[in-house]
Amino acid sequence: MATVTIATGAPTRPSYGSISRSRRWALRWAYVFLVLFAIFFLTPPVYMFITSLKSSAEIAAEINPWWVFNPTLSNYVELLTQNVYLTFFRNSAIVSVCVVAITMLISVVAAFALARMKFWGSATLATGVFLTYLIPETLLFIPLFKMFAWVNEALGIQLMNNWWTMIILYPTLTVPFATWIMIGYFASIPKELDEAALIDGATWFQTLTKIFIPVAMPGIIAATIFAFTVSWAQFLYPLAFTTSTDQLVLPVGIITTLIKGDVFNWGQIMTGALLGAAPPLIIYAFLMDYYIAGLTAGATKG
Amino acid sequence: MVDIAVRGVSTATADKRSGLQKMMQRKSTIAFLMTLPLILVIFVLVAYPAVYALYLAMLNKGMTKFVGLSNFDFLFGRETFWMVVWQSCLFAITAVIFKAIIGLIVAHLVHVIPSKGQRKWRGMLLVPWVIPAAMSTLAWLWLFDPSYSAFNWLLKPLGIGPIPWIGETAWARFSVILVNVWIGAPFFMIMYLAALKSVPEQLQEAAAIDGASWWQRIWYINLPIMRNIIAITALFSLILTFANFDIVRVLTRGDPLNSTHLFATWSFRLGIESGDIPLGAAVSLFMVPILAVAATFILRDVNKRGNEA
Repeated sequence: MATVTIATGAPTRPSYGSISRSRRWALRWAYVFLVLFAIFFLTPPVYMFITSLKSSAEIAAEINPWWVFNPTLSNYVELLTQNVYLTFFRNSAIVSVCVVAITMLISVVAAFALARMKFWGSATLATGVFLTYLIPETLLFIPLFKMFAWVNEALGIQLMNNWWTMIILYPTLTVPFATWIMIGYFASIPKELDEAALIDGATWFQTLTKIFIPVAMPGIIAATIFAFTVSWAQFLYPLAFTTSTDQLVLPVGIITTLIKGDVFNWGQIMTGALLGAAPPLIIYAFLMDYYIAGLTAGATKG
Repeated sequence: MVDIAVRGVSTATADKRSGLQKMMQRKSTIAFLMTLPLILVIFVLVAYPAVYALYLAMLNKGMTKFVGLSNFDFLFGRETFWMVVWQSCLFAITAVIFKAIIGLIVAHLVHVIPSKGQRKWRGMLLVPWVIPAAMSTLAWLWLFDPSYSAFNWLLKPLGIGPIPWIGETAWARFSVILVNVWIGAPFFMIMYLAALKSVPEQLQEAAAIDGASWWQRIWYINLPIMRNIIAITALFSLILTFANFDIVRVLTRGDPLNSTHLFATWSFRLGIESGDIPLGAAVSLFMVPILAVAATFILRDVNKRGNEA
């Protein structure tokens, strides 16, 4: 808006011409620097893609590494026909989908109670939820390791080296923030809306499912995306708690099985990493606004 | 408000007071039951382990007897420990500063271009944050490869290199910070861009007409308004960066000579890989002080804004 008004004023008032010209130059420089930053930010993924199209022979050759001379899809074919890689993918997919479902179930219901049904300790609990979100998993994996050993001794349930253990663990990373986002969205819904519903005789459950969930749908989508990307990317817990090849999820699987000793099959590693990065990237490409809403909600809501 | 409305309805129908009380009880009971899964997750899988770590850190290696603070005593006497402390602080502080600066610059760049192009640029620039960190760090590992480094290939004609990106202490420390900045800067960019959108356009215009330069407008208008978001984002990122695991683990595994280990990666090495769980727990606990300080500031701000709203 500012640009337009100043620019149209330029011919009649020559003194503004310099502002308009400096705006134009500022814009040009902005694009130059944006291109530089975009190169910086996009080089690794692009190089991943370049490498994934190369044969081992081309990777080892002393030629320009930034160009593909003989593009081949053999890395993709090899990887996608390998049972082990498909197992990682399946494990990751099942874990992420289950974690998303559990997370949304727990957090939407809890956020509704915390935002609308004030009860003893509800404010403290809301703060506690946020605090939990700030505790990193790097502080918890060692005690959890010991707790799992204890569970095995006492109850006979082997939590170690099982991919489904991740379904129990990941909610600790996703539930607090998802609840926090949902509290923010629910709190912004006008009270008159649910009061009207209550007067008309709706139960709490009906108020939640018929009013809150539909109205807060953008928040629910944002929280779902957040839960999915976090569980898809989680690296420390599976690295610490799973070892057998058939129990690994994608990030750990690629790093521990495709890197064999000191022999790096870079074409396959890059292909695996790119395919592993694909689900979050695809979701991001289609639901960018929700993704960003979820990202900024943490600091702007509250 | 809800309570009043409900009470109004019940007194209007004017039969049972005890029924009303029962419902009030039921409401808080229902609410408690609704939050029960959340409470269980928090207590069983976060709060209890966090406290348990403190106890574990005071056991001997075989976890058979209580040894008080001797694990900490042992750590204080080790040179590697002080190197990890130094590297963790260097890594977190340097990375957060650079992420904040780059994020601020890129946010302003995106903000000045016409708004119909902003979406495209913003979408492109956030890609590093979207890719799982372990995956993108693999790409960096390949770019830093000792014999096939694509960066060294570019630098060779300029007479530079070959640079030992992850082979020498100083370069390896630089590289892990670089990768962390690469992953984290887009997050800062998005946060600061959102904050920039909240700066009133009229203020900018008024300042421009009064002859304020581009730099003055940023320094005297944008930054003071964005101060809160700038601080919160930096503190939040400080926690994440200080507790970082993925990047160092994939890129250097703490090498060369443990010089790039952070608290998280070193406690993983000691606790899981070397099987000394108490010592690993003791190392990880050193993350707590800085986390507590940052969390206190963040919570204070969140509560303050919660009260204003």
